[in-house]
Amino acid sequence: MSLVEVTGLSVAFGSVRAVEDLSFRLEKGAALGLVGESGSGKSTVASALLGLHRDTGAVVDGTVRVAGVDVSSASERELRGLRGARAAMVFQDPLSSLDPYYAVGDQIAEVYRVHHPASRRAARARAVEVLDRVGIPDAGRRSRARPHEFSGGMRQRALIAMALACGPDLLVADEPTTALDVTVQAQILDLLHTLREETGMGLLLVTHDVGVAAENVDEVLVMRHGRAVEHGPVGSVLGSPAAAYTRALLKSVPRVDVPRPAALAGTAPSGSAGPAGPASGAAVLEATGLRRVFGRGAKAFTAVDDVSLEVRRGEALGVVGESGSGKTTLGRMLVGLLEPTAGLVRHEGVAVSGVRPDVQMIFQDPVSSLNPRRSVGESVADPLRARGERGPAVRARVAGLLERVGLDPAHHDRYPHEFSGGQRQRVGIARALAAGPRVLVCDEPVSALDVTTQAQVVELLDELRRELGLALVFIAHDLAVVRRVSDRLAVMRHGRVVEYGPADEIYESPSDPYTRQLLAAVPALDPDLAALRRAERREAATT
Amino acid sequence: MSVLHGFLGFTLRRTLGAVVTLLAISVIVYVVFYAAPGDVAQITCGPRCSPAQVRQVTEQLRLDDPLYVRYLHFLQGLFVGHDYSTGTSVEHCSAPCLGLSYQSDQQVTQLIWAKLPVTGSLALGAMVLWLLLGVGTGVLAAWRRGRLDERILTGVTLAGWATPVFVIGLLLMIVVCGQLELLPFPQYVPFTEDPEQWAWNLLLPWLSLALIEAAKYARLTRSAMLETLAEDHVRTFRAYGVGERRIVGRHALRGAVGPLIALNANDLGSLFGGAVLTESLFGLPGIGRELVHAVNVVDLPVVVGMVLLTGFFVVLANAVADVLFAVADRRTVLS
Repeated sequence: MSLVEVTGLSVAFGSVRAVEDLSFRLEKGAALGLVGESGSGKSTVASALLGLHRDTGAVVDGTVRVAGVDVSSASERELRGLRGARAAMVFQDPLSSLDPYYAVGDQIAEVYRVHHPASRRAARARAVEVLDRVGIPDAGRRSRARPHEFSGGMRQRALIAMALACGPDLLVADEPTTALDVTVQAQILDLLHTLREETGMGLLLVTHDVGVAAENVDEVLVMRHGRAVEHGPVGSVLGSPAAAYTRALLKSVPRVDVPRPAALAGTAPSGSAGPAGPASGAAVLEATGLRRVFGRGAKAFTAVDDVSLEVRRGEALGVVGESGSGKTTLGRMLVGLLEPTAGLVRHEGVAVSGVRPDVQMIFQDPVSSLNPRRSVGESVADPLRARGERGPAVRARVAGLLERVGLDPAHHDRYPHEFSGGQRQRVGIARALAAGPRVLVCDEPVSALDVTTQAQVVELLDELRRELGLALVFIAHDLAVVRRVSDRLAVMRHGRVVEYGPADEIYESPSDPYTRQLLAAVPALDPDLAALRRAERREAATT
Repeated sequence: MSVLHGFLGFTLRRTLGAVVTLLAISVIVYVVFYAAPGDVAQITCGPRCSPAQVRQVTEQLRLDDPLYVRYLHFLQGLFVGHDYSTGTSVEHCSAPCLGLSYQSDQQVTQLIWAKLPVTGSLALGAMVLWLLLGVGTGVLAAWRRGRLDERILTGVTLAGWATPVFVIGLLLMIVVCGQLELLPFPQYVPFTEDPEQWAWNLLLPWLSLALIEAAKYARLTRSAMLETLAEDHVRTFRAYGVGERRIVGRHALRGAVGPLIALNANDLGSLFGGAVLTESLFGLPGIGRELVHAVNVVDLPVVVGMVLLTGFFVVLANAVADVLFAVADRRTVLS
């Protein structure tokens, strides 16, 4: 009998059919990856395995058997016996997935006591044991901490500890590393891998990241619009995909190990010129000794420390770093949204302060950076009106801008919620273009988007750079996306630039140890290479 | 260690803030009442005072001095007390001295001390009841959410909220004391004299206040719990087989504690300044009734004293609430 047997599963929320006629099996100790973009129904499947759709109004059809329990017909009691004890789930956001008011150890103990007739003390001891197992240092003491006192990676470890507490046969991990930095992601995935080797748990890994799947599962099931598109061993699906959608998906995935296509290369020479070498393009934007301190006295925190860089005409400068590296603060200072504590920002050689039309920003979240109560046309017109333009000419200009970013000018009067994520980001770009900039500072412009949409938006930004001669500052945590865009690269850590120079050189032969660590942590698309990388990381960890 | 350190620092900062707020309140209250147009001495002393008595009041309150000197004199009374000379003898008014009520020939502080146990009894007893009733109803409503009984319950609490205290109180008195004759009409008996009679006589005032307040608490508890129930961590515990009763009782209720503390502090604080309607309705000789009397006869020192008292209790209750809140949610201290 298989560990998981799903036959003809359909899930509908009202008129929305999230999953349609899905069937798969998962054997004991095996690992299956559910891969798909947002809205593909992959998380809905994960929830269905534990019967979490019950009493939510969702209509579930088909049969789901997990560890011998028929989830759709099981009693409430049987279902509770399954959840946590035989099949445990790890969620995406480890901060919100734990109760903020109770100690981490108490929460694990609570779950343990639901399934085992153990004393409080014994359950607490079990909690410390599993916390120690997942690599929480000083587990006894740390088990008394609240979730907010843990870092993101530690929280995810704590959640995995909770999953381990009852020794389940199946682990369902729903985007377990999506909220984490790439180096932390590698640690968590390695941990999951080791635990699986030791305990023989089956794993159902839900992820949007093909690379994460490649490293961690034996089989993949690619989903789209609630249906299975392709299903097979990970090597063959990723190596020689049969379905057109899988091919398109893989083509969109940015590769950290593939140089940027020649067609995309910047107009400024990159390879030959060293980081401080002469540039043929003049610097349009230049930062010298930028520093920013938040807070005062003992609480003072230096977010950006002595950063100097320049952006030349028509080139793309990538800024990459993990959370807390200061990359967003740097971007805001470059645009003038934030005053530097020290240092200068120069536009075309002239020191400036405050926001200027010639340097514009594109934000990460296109939902919250557009006013939901105003039509997109009005939002795009804002910079024009700020410049004093009035009358019908404004509308015509907005129509031109919308067209330029690949939107239908007839959608001028629609509201942000009527657009998809990628389209909203295009609106954001149109608004930035309206001011007539020479430089676009893009802060994680595609990290909220699916890979296929990501590729399109990146393509658009690059097109604008080439055709309008714009310079780009592309800030992102995703090393692969940055590689696809950048002529030159700045790697940030703890507020400082640790490596700065031509992008391809850094990617091919990083000189800074931190850059090397970052690059080693990026999941590889090739399962064999992934296994090799994992072995290397283990070796590095033990020595 | 650092957590404890954080709490101590937080408590200290919060206390300091409360003191500053109280000083600001005292300035405003003093200016509003004593810098108002009209003959302050005559008003303070009362309409039947002779010119000689008015003269004496003017001297005792330093009314001939500039405003800030008068205020500092008033403040001095609060912190170190005063000796009032009546010409023949000296009356000592110890700190915190809120001055003399010339119309009732008493020290304001003593007058308040005499009334405070009544108002305190009313407020604390009612609080226990409204917390039991309100939080209980709220938990029930959150647990049975969406079902018919929950909707009826929520409707009833809404009706309770919309009813003025004098309607509920009067109804209770007419039915319980008048028609059913289960209880005598309330008459205040001090706790120190006879605790049992104290409770029986306060039962109806407690109930009428509690019924109205409970509605507010039920709604707050319900909405705060529903908010928590929609959060991700509740999903985690469901996915780990934790039962619904435990999720509601342990995790969802925990999320309502903070807002409940904040609301309760405000309510209790302002009640200590006198539950005017309830006290008047049930004939309880508390701060509220005394305030109404003082306003009617324009007994300025008493009015000022009681306004300050209300301010004191509201600020105190909020400061205590903030500290409790920080204990309840450790994230507060860190931010």
